[in-house]
Amino acid sequence: MLLAKQILSRLAYALALLFAVLVLNFVLIHIAPGDIADTIAGDMGGATAEVMDQIRADYGLDKPFIVQLGLYLWNVLHLDFGYSFFFNTPVTDLIAERLPATLLLVITAQIFALVIGVVLGVISAKKPNGALSHFVTLLALFGYSAPVFWTGIMLLITFSLIFPVFPVANMIDVTLMDAPLWRQYLDVAHHLFLPAITLASVFLALYSRLCRASMLEVLGSDYIRTARAKGLSPREVIYKHALKNSLGPVITLAGLQFSAVVSGAVLVETVFSWPGLGTLALQSILARDTPTILGILFFSALVVIIGNLLTDIALRLIDPRIANKG
Amino acid sequence: MLRKITSTLIAAAFVAVPHVAAVADNHPKQGGTLIWAIQNTPRHLNPAVQSGIATGEPGTQLFAAPIRYDEDWTPQPYLAESWTTSDDGMTVTLNLVKGATFHDGEPITSSDVAFSIKTVQENHPFKTMFAPVESVDTPDAHTAVINLSKPHPALLLAMSSQLLPIIPEHVYGDGQDPKKHPANSEGVVGSGPFKLVEFKRDQHVILERNENFFIDGRPHLDKIVMRIIKDGSARAIALENGEVHISAFEQNPRDVNRLKKADGLTATNEGYAAIGPLAWLAFNTKTGKTADKRVRQAIAYAVDRNFINKVIMLGTSTPASTGIHPGSPFYEPDVENYDVNIDKANEILDAAGYPRGDDDMRFTLTLDYGWAGIKAQAEYIKPQLKKIGIDVQIRSSPDFPTWAKRVGGHDFDMTWDVVFNWGDPVIGVHRTYQSSNIKKGVIWSNTQQYSNARVDELLDQAATEMDPAKRKALYSEFQKIVAEDVPVYWAYALPYHTIHSNKLGNAPRGIWATVSPLDRVYIK
Repeated sequence: MLLAKQILSRLAYALALLFAVLVLNFVLIHIAPGDIADTIAGDMGGATAEVMDQIRADYGLDKPFIVQLGLYLWNVLHLDFGYSFFFNTPVTDLIAERLPATLLLVITAQIFALVIGVVLGVISAKKPNGALSHFVTLLALFGYSAPVFWTGIMLLITFSLIFPVFPVANMIDVTLMDAPLWRQYLDVAHHLFLPAITLASVFLALYSRLCRASMLEVLGSDYIRTARAKGLSPREVIYKHALKNSLGPVITLAGLQFSAVVSGAVLVETVFSWPGLGTLALQSILARDTPTILGILFFSALVVIIGNLLTDIALRLIDPRIANKG
Repeated sequence: MLRKITSTLIAAAFVAVPHVAAVADNHPKQGGTLIWAIQNTPRHLNPAVQSGIATGEPGTQLFAAPIRYDEDWTPQPYLAESWTTSDDGMTVTLNLVKGATFHDGEPITSSDVAFSIKTVQENHPFKTMFAPVESVDTPDAHTAVINLSKPHPALLLAMSSQLLPIIPEHVYGDGQDPKKHPANSEGVVGSGPFKLVEFKRDQHVILERNENFFIDGRPHLDKIVMRIIKDGSARAIALENGEVHISAFEQNPRDVNRLKKADGLTATNEGYAAIGPLAWLAFNTKTGKTADKRVRQAIAYAVDRNFINKVIMLGTSTPASTGIHPGSPFYEPDVENYDVNIDKANEILDAAGYPRGDDDMRFTLTLDYGWAGIKAQAEYIKPQLKKIGIDVQIRSSPDFPTWAKRVGGHDFDMTWDVVFNWGDPVIGVHRTYQSSNIKKGVIWSNTQQYSNARVDELLDQAATEMDPAKRKALYSEFQKIVAEDVPVYWAYALPYHTIHSNKLGNAPRGIWATVSPLDRVYIK
């Protein structure tokens, strides 16, 4: 029951965190100059003072700040995230429309980054001074230093324009609306590949470096020498003994980086017009669409908390010592 | 005598002067799907209560207006087959096409027109469009009589494109706030050439042919898929590799120049005369050093419009030297346009009593800009004004609302700005110069706080002058005065381009670009 108790205390922290996220961000957005009336006026090419006052009254922005905050928190307590100022649509609907796209992108990118990162890490750890290892190091450094939007545009130019094998933007070819479901899934995967690789490129670099370092450390330890001495094949030594033990740090980092992957998705989604939360978040911040921003932050925080919980559980599965330590 | 403009007259003119578009219209092919890249997710699809291009592009496909315009500013019949203006200009009578129906099959009647005008009057941000409308009489189902409090020459333009969509009273008149009506985004019941299939925010708007459109044989396309692609580079690639047939309002000089050379694509800046987008350097004419007209004139002499157009805009934009877009019939080219002259600028400042200090500078001014696309223009001003001893501090804003708050709040010396003419000067030009429109906190009002009694008088007269020649004379004098006063230094007309595949026939070229019904467009 130790695990259950830990999860419960984690949840208590999570609730406090969510509350803090909401209050802090509500205050921050309020401090930022300009409001939704300015944005709507800008979007419409101008407006009169009366129209702008009307917009403010419509969205309750004429009330004192503390009343606005109190009303908002009271509604959230009843799981009512309000209406988007900009789209006049329930925030939960807007998020539900987009959360699947973001999850698909983020999870695929994480899997890409982990699998490719670990494979590259192992390859370069086998011969730390070989040409291949140097190449992996170079690739990792490049992936880590190149800004994701640049990587994205370069991949687009290469694989959509020069060699047109991948589509440019969006999530699905809308002309396939009547096509069979498997064909649509295939099309989404086709659209997903470039953005997922782009987002993965940064984290792939991190994971491969960490995996390499951790592999090198493990490969130097006594029990590996023992395993080799007792005549196990190099393959068995590396994949069964060394790799399993060097994955711990990689998974811990992957968990820690999960929030970074979610925020990295904002840029990638913008470049590839991926209809996820990132695009919506950016637009809502620029529009001062308070309920939408807070809704997104709330659900993103939730995603990150769940991601971290899952990492904890995964670590326990790999390394029983952690579970025992409590 | 009654001044009459009827469709027969226009049709006659059409026959007499063979029209390029009319000739090209000879053999349009039926069918096909148009893939159209748009840059932003519209808030919703009902232009009656939402201005702006994002709503206007799908909105003009979904809703028909009484009038439409061709390439040379001639009004054409659309939902109104003809119209007459009374001698005194106080009533305008619209005769509607008979047998026209909304997408749900209900007939389009004069009471829908009256309802639409009322809805726009009450909810649309451009109050000058229908401000003089006192009432709309509906003597029969196909006649709408608009009664005005004063002659209103801007009325015809205000009844075109996205400015007066005819919306069904039986849907939007149910007592709900039209700004938040659910039928603005879902299950839209329109009157235009295309019907809504699906609107998915940040993804697409899908439209299909309205089989019962009131113009026989139109539209030619079966379907329009508007893909929302926010990133400019991605849109350019999608055009180049043929994934997208058309994208409008493209203004990145590099992308435009590259796409001009691309095989199979046509890039044109025709079609933006009514939108009339102007970029200018605005001055605070009320406070600080820029309140002195001589300072503004000196700055105007120091800034080189040609450099901005040639080097920064890479030749894609059109120089503009007055407050009216060069494509407008009211444009007056013969004004003081301040050809660059650093010596003269220095002389003006010396004579005005602003000596250079120890650091060789006369004084400091702030310069704002509100979005990344105009950063180079802002940075160009700094070294240029240094030549005349003005130290410029550039203030960037992280986003639009921040900038809007500063400029709307009159907290600036100079700022780069982009303002649209929106068809008639009454709608988009007057607001910048009329002293009655100095409204603190409102962006794109007279934020320069410019006030000139003669200008006010001229604009008031032009707003009610029905004779086009006299009206043009009033606007000419207005443009000369503001050029002399320089409340803003006009730099260029935005290099908006429509980029489309050569597979498209009858690509939109009218004054409202793609903010107009694409019922004549076809795929070869």
